Amino acid sequence: MTKGEQPTMDPSDSKKPEPIDRTLAGRLVLLAIAMFGFGFLLVPIYDVFCEITGLGGKTNDVAFTVEESVEQDRTVQLGFVTTVNGYAPWEFSAEVEEMAIHPGGIYEATFIATNLTDEFKTAQAVPSVAPSQAAKYFKKLECFCFTTQEFMPGETKEMPVRFIVESDLPDYIDTITLSYTFFDTARQTDTVAAAGLNTH
Amino acid sequence: MRLPTRPQGEFSMLRKVYLSVLGLLGASRANADWALNMPRGVTRLSAETYDLHMQIFYWCCAIALVVFGVMIYSLIRHRKSVGAKPATFSHSMKAEVIWTTIPIIILLILAVPSARTVIELEDSRKPDMTVVITAYQWRWHYRYTGQDVEFYSSLARTSGDARRLDSGIDPFTVDNYLLDVDNPLVVPVGSKVRLLLTANDVVHSWWVPELAIKKDAIPGFMNETWFKAETVGTYRGQCAELCGMDHGYMPIVVNVVEPQAYAAWLASKQPAATQSAATN
Amino acid sequence: MTSAVMDAHHSEAHHEPAKGIKRWLYATNHKDIGTMYLVLSLVMFLTGGVMALIIRSELFQPGLQFIAPNVFNQMTTMHALVMVFGAVMPAFVGLANWMIPLMIGAPDMALPRMNNWSFWILPFAFLMLVSTFFMPGGAPASGWTMYPPLVLQTGDAFPFLIFSVHLLGISSIMGAINIIVTIVNMRAPDMSLLKMPMFVWTWLITAYLLLAVMPVLAGAVTMLLTDQFFGTSFFLAAGGGDPVMYQHIFWFFGHPEVYILILPAFGVVSEIIPTFARKPLFGHDSMVYAASSIAFLSFIVWAHHMFTVGMPLTGQLFFMFSTMLIAVPTGVKIFNWVATMWRGAMTFETPMLFSLAILFLFTIGGFSGLMLAIVPADIQYHDSYFVVAHFHYVLVPGSVFAIMAAVYYWLPKWTGHMYNEKLGKVHFWLSTVFINVTFFPMHFLGLAGMPRRIPDYSTQFTDFNAIASVGAVGYGLSQLLFVYVVVQCVRGKGEKASSEVWDNPKGLEWTVPSPAPYHTFEVPPKISSSSTFS
Repeated sequence: MTKGEQPTMDPSDSKKPEPIDRTLAGRLVLLAIAMFGFGFLLVPIYDVFCEITGLGGKTNDVAFTVEESVEQDRTVQLGFVTTVNGYAPWEFSAEVEEMAIHPGGIYEATFIATNLTDEFKTAQAVPSVAPSQAAKYFKKLECFCFTTQEFMPGETKEMPVRFIVESDLPDYIDTITLSYTFFDTARQTDTVAAAGLNTH
Repeated sequence: MRLPTRPQGEFSMLRKVYLSVLGLLGASRANADWALNMPRGVTRLSAETYDLHMQIFYWCCAIALVVFGVMIYSLIRHRKSVGAKPATFSHSMKAEVIWTTIPIIILLILAVPSARTVIELEDSRKPDMTVVITAYQWRWHYRYTGQDVEFYSSLARTSGDARRLDSGIDPFTVDNYLLDVDNPLVVPVGSKVRLLLTANDVVHSWWVPELAIKKDAIPGFMNETWFKAETVGTYRGQCAELCGMDHGYMPIVVNVVEPQAYAAWLASKQPAATQSAATN
Repeated sequence: MTSAVMDAHHSEAHHEPAKGIKRWLYATNHKDIGTMYLVLSLVMFLTGGVMALIIRSELFQPGLQFIAPNVFNQMTTMHALVMVFGAVMPAFVGLANWMIPLMIGAPDMALPRMNNWSFWILPFAFLMLVSTFFMPGGAPASGWTMYPPLVLQTGDAFPFLIFSVHLLGISSIMGAINIIVTIVNMRAPDMSLLKMPMFVWTWLITAYLLLAVMPVLAGAVTMLLTDQFFGTSFFLAAGGGDPVMYQHIFWFFGHPEVYILILPAFGVVSEIIPTFARKPLFGHDSMVYAASSIAFLSFIVWAHHMFTVGMPLTGQLFFMFSTMLIAVPTGVKIFNWVATMWRGAMTFETPMLFSLAILFLFTIGGFSGLMLAIVPADIQYHDSYFVVAHFHYVLVPGSVFAIMAAVYYWLPKWTGHMYNEKLGKVHFWLSTVFINVTFFPMHFLGLAGMPRRIPDYSTQFTDFNAIASVGAVGYGLSQLLFVYVVVQCVRGKGEKASSEVWDNPKGLEWTVPSPAPYHTFEVPPKISSSSTFS
């Protein structure tokens, strides 16, 4: 091999790939790209999967409307749990901690939150139901979690949720917990800023 | 990187080398909590889990005995140095069918009791009480629903002091090093305790081996599990899911006590009681 | 084979390798690229090994001795990333580069320039990854699984972590494409698919697995990146996302990845045992079917890594049963190897010794894997040292031993000289003894309740940790002997190797001289019945 003639630059090299090679290689590249897309497709697939199975205790996030017949002779204990994520500056609680409900009946519960700062704040409440098998029978007609909640400095808000536990709730469930976690919506942008400013 | 300078550190280093040599020889020593196996635990399900674990372990031993036995026999008899002449066979449908079928049968034998226990684990009906566990970086928060009792549970001070780099404190002098907390979870014996788990920041996992419970605490989500301890005692565990710097320092202590003792403890923890204690 | 390909290689045949650095920078020769992959893998193996030794030193006794907890977490994270993506995967790609063309009678890989590219991405990716140790906030410390939200707490290293994972993925994907195209298009005319050696077969399956799941990992980490910097909420509960979804996507990649790490090892063992048992591989076709079913099953078992996240009952049962099912094809492989040994005439050179150790020790890892499939028991084992013991038993005496067996097996072919058999055997015995001393006690630790990824532990775990640390130091030091044996062989210190090297081995690679010339099989070989086993 003479100087300056590099193996990669060898002109005979360009003849090397057969047409069939290119087709197969091209198809394999497409397969890789398709699988990259599939990774993202798993997101909606997962959501549908959760909706069907109640996985993760996720409930509906848009208002639900259906007429149900009330099962007067069956009682289910419903508990409420409130959490504030990441030490966000809210006091957040349920008006009652527990209530007995009949599947099929429409009920209302009230949650109370106070902004503990003297700044304007917005919160997003994230619902979750335990056991997760109950999640798909738990339908919210109206909920403060459908949108973000705005709080003036020091403001206290009463926030209602109207819901139905559907009458086809399986027999093996006799206790349900509805949990709300309050997230500060500004927090996410904070993290970005913090990461950019080397505050570690 | 620094080397330990304290004298007892060097001593225990030597001690460890000595002990590991002993350990290699299979010698046991007088250490009460030296454990080789999964604890049988103090709930019915932990015992069932233990039995499943042992059952599958014995199956594995049996399979190992057969497979390794055949291999070792072959290694001894079918070596060139003892004059073995190689056979030429390269397939046998009969053999393939046999060693595909037998494992399937063994798996079926194992699958049935396992599935039964899984179904029982998921049965959280009719709990006697509910505790909401919120995991923080790096401590636990317990709240007894309907009781107005809530508190944080963090690594005990004694361990906290000893665990620092170059603390100068020999961990062997600390009781229950890294497995002790300031405020343990207290529950009555024989009660079905339902646990609701969530987290404040990242994913954690609440694990107490003696109760055979491990459940992830996930921010924004509520997970559920339960246990029913049948023996009074103190049971220790740790966070099992990597949750950042001090993941190794958020132990769990569950005190299972007689119902009367539990009632007394609960009363002492009520805000009224705590306040009057503070004013006294 | 069309004449165009042959012409291309005829004209290249007159070329000798370029001199100096250019030979390596512009390398398109499969042997050169294979060598570079193997050298990189050795460097990364030693780097990851040093991290493992730092971990084991800290865990030698209770109390913090050397490093702070956050540095410890960085060590466990980087040890895993370096070993999985830096040591094991490149080593197998290197072996594939060297051996697949030789085993199927091809003059080179099908896409030599892409081959160059897929190698040269790697050193830069790893430089970037290792440089994160010096960044504010330190190296990634969230475990190699990179679970959110914890991984989002990583310091400045975060985007570099994501980008290096992207690069590693691109490199693997290109490598996989190259291997598939080579195997599909460049086999010698008489070599039908079912006549291919097992190493080629397992690599073909592995390459498809890589193509299917590396892009999914790339997708998952891209979502992490956009969650952190571009306001998306794929995994943030606040915006309607779900951190558990990341775990599902990650393990959809992660479980096939486990088989990416072990299938080529199965291939290596299937090459070595017949040679030293002097008997054809038992059940060649059923081995192919077993490997394919393992690959298929690997796509439907992922959630067995997450039995504690809170899954519906049906999900738990499905993933438990599908996971148990994997034991069947894996068992078939083990039984077929034993049947290959049966009534053979075995000798015990170093590659054979390593293969036999794989048969024993990988099986132990397989047993603990079966135990881990049982949901109630897994709830106890999960994230404990039992799991650490399990995956090290399948990865070290499985994958790493297979790589070493392969190196000893083919080193005479690569260098033209025999390695020092006596030292090779010493290396084998030291490795095997110490690997058990290191990892066997970890089973007990996990069962007794020690969680993984902790820098310090309660005093009742002291003895087994001390033993494991002694074993780890012993294993680490034994690998220096491996480096010495390989270097001596490469420097031509051993006796000359014949083209067959071993006692009448089967396979096309043994029909070319030792060392294998720079260009081989420019004319496709005729396959006689004596050159292959099937």
